[in-house]
Amino acid sequence: MGEQLQPFLEVKELKKSFGHIEALKGASLQAKCGEVLAIVGDNGAGKSTLIKTLSGVLTPDSGSIIVDGKEYGHLTPKLAGDNGISTVYQDLSLVNTQTVWENIFLGHEYRNFGWLNKKKMRREAAELLNNLNISIHNHEEIVGNLSGGQRQAIAVARAIHHGGKMIILDEPTAAMGLRETAATQQLIKNLAVQGYGVIIISHNIQQVFELSDRICVMRQGQVLALVDTKSVTSDDIVSMIVSGTSLNGAIQ
Amino acid sequence: MKNSISTPNNIVRTAIRRSFPQILLTAVLIIMIIGLSVSSEFFFTWKNFRNILDQCSVYLLLSLGMTFVIASGGIDLSVGSIAGMSGVIMAVLMKAGMPVLPAVLLGILSGVLTGIINGALISYLKLFPFITTLATMTITRGIALVLTGGVSIYGFSQSFKWWGTGTIGPINPPIAISLLFTIIAAIIMSRTLWGKYSLAIGGNAEALRRSGVNVKGYRISIYAVSSLCAAIAGLIMTARLNSAAPLAGSGYEMDAIAAVVLGGGSLNGGSGAILGTFIACFTLSVLRNGLTMLAIPTYYQQLITGVIILLAIIIAEARNRREKESE
Repeated sequence: MGEQLQPFLEVKELKKSFGHIEALKGASLQAKCGEVLAIVGDNGAGKSTLIKTLSGVLTPDSGSIIVDGKEYGHLTPKLAGDNGISTVYQDLSLVNTQTVWENIFLGHEYRNFGWLNKKKMRREAAELLNNLNISIHNHEEIVGNLSGGQRQAIAVARAIHHGGKMIILDEPTAAMGLRETAATQQLIKNLAVQGYGVIIISHNIQQVFELSDRICVMRQGQVLALVDTKSVTSDDIVSMIVSGTSLNGAIQ
Repeated sequence: MKNSISTPNNIVRTAIRRSFPQILLTAVLIIMIIGLSVSSEFFFTWKNFRNILDQCSVYLLLSLGMTFVIASGGIDLSVGSIAGMSGVIMAVLMKAGMPVLPAVLLGILSGVLTGIINGALISYLKLFPFITTLATMTITRGIALVLTGGVSIYGFSQSFKWWGTGTIGPINPPIAISLLFTIIAAIIMSRTLWGKYSLAIGGNAEALRRSGVNVKGYRISIYAVSSLCAAIAGLIMTARLNSAAPLAGSGYEMDAIAAVVLGGGSLNGGSGAILGTFIACFTLSVLRNGLTMLAIPTYYQQLITGVIILLAIIIAEARNRREKESE
């Protein structure tokens, strides 16, 4: 699975410095629809910087980003969104005081002659959550009263509703309990099966192996390795993250 | 069906659960009305009811604007002073020979401008609403004092006084305006993007911004609407008393804040209900009216009103906390 087509997203030789610190020193990467790509690396390896250039929050100094065949020097949040790249931030960006369906439509509300079309939003929210196999009992509930897993699911549903084809998840299960983690992992697998691309950043190696089709190891601002998950062991990955070489000394 | 989703049943049940402050308040109001009707034969009459609505109108206007401001997580301490300043500006212009309509419009415009300045300072300079509107409260009060030289301006034409003392069928312009504004505000809050975003800004402004919404613009317009309501309250106050006093409206912002919170608004932002604000304003007016009818001295009235507000807020807060813990 996932070997078909050309990559939906391709990153070429991205460089980005903050003052004299080089956060990205020419990182390259491809991500396809229908697969889960995990980005791993130690703190300061450049994972967050890379993700932020993909979501358009940061402008790279050089390099290019190719989305669906179109090449860009840099993206803006709007451009990224219009091209189907959607980032779910760690804080989820949900309005805790509003309902499930209001959050899904936040900033993209349906209107009928200027009036909010609540009926249509309620119906479509229900359809969307149903399609994604997300079970929430009461869509009138305010999001602040829901569990971490449900909140994550709503943030993902919103990303997809806003036209996301490539969903970027930053530490999706950080600070979650066992059951919630399991539910979120199931959701991520479902997304890939339904043909969405998923990029996750995770520090949890076991989870990376559980979920991903490919692993991208970052180290000191560069992509050290981009490997099929099936072809490596978790010890290999840990070794690459820590020392920069795999156990048998070879990379890629 | 495993997803029970937004069934009509769910919608109604959740709405009732969330309307607890308003339901509690309505119960208190009904008990008060029954008690006062029993103790005074003059209370439950149309004349007295009209009187209560009339007394309520200025507070109601200020509270409607305040509901949106508090929903957005802000506060507007300048509304009482803006009402005073707008009235003074109308009075000064009319005394200088300007016809009623342009004088009134310019007075209202001065109020709205103050609100835009409030919103711009809060949005662009990221100043705290509390301290920003405290400053503009002092500045607008200062303008009213400077323009009047500290002395009330009085004696206006009949067509101006109509706004405070005229009649429209069984009611008068203050009642008509305040009730009309209540209906419009309720529709805006529940049916328009502007109302929804007022609540969302108070819930999580950053999330709304990331969704591509112009949060700064919305925030400015919220303070502009609050000051528009205040300026119209200023028109009613000035016309009713046939006098523009430099200190008119002092402290009214506090009554407005109390009404919004009593009606279910939270100073943390994200909640606020127009119907709740209306019931709260009406309840406070009934309370004042009733205490007067029972011949309770004014000083005690203040004391009793304060204690009742405090009790109501404690009950609502305790209930909120219990609901959070149970989930």
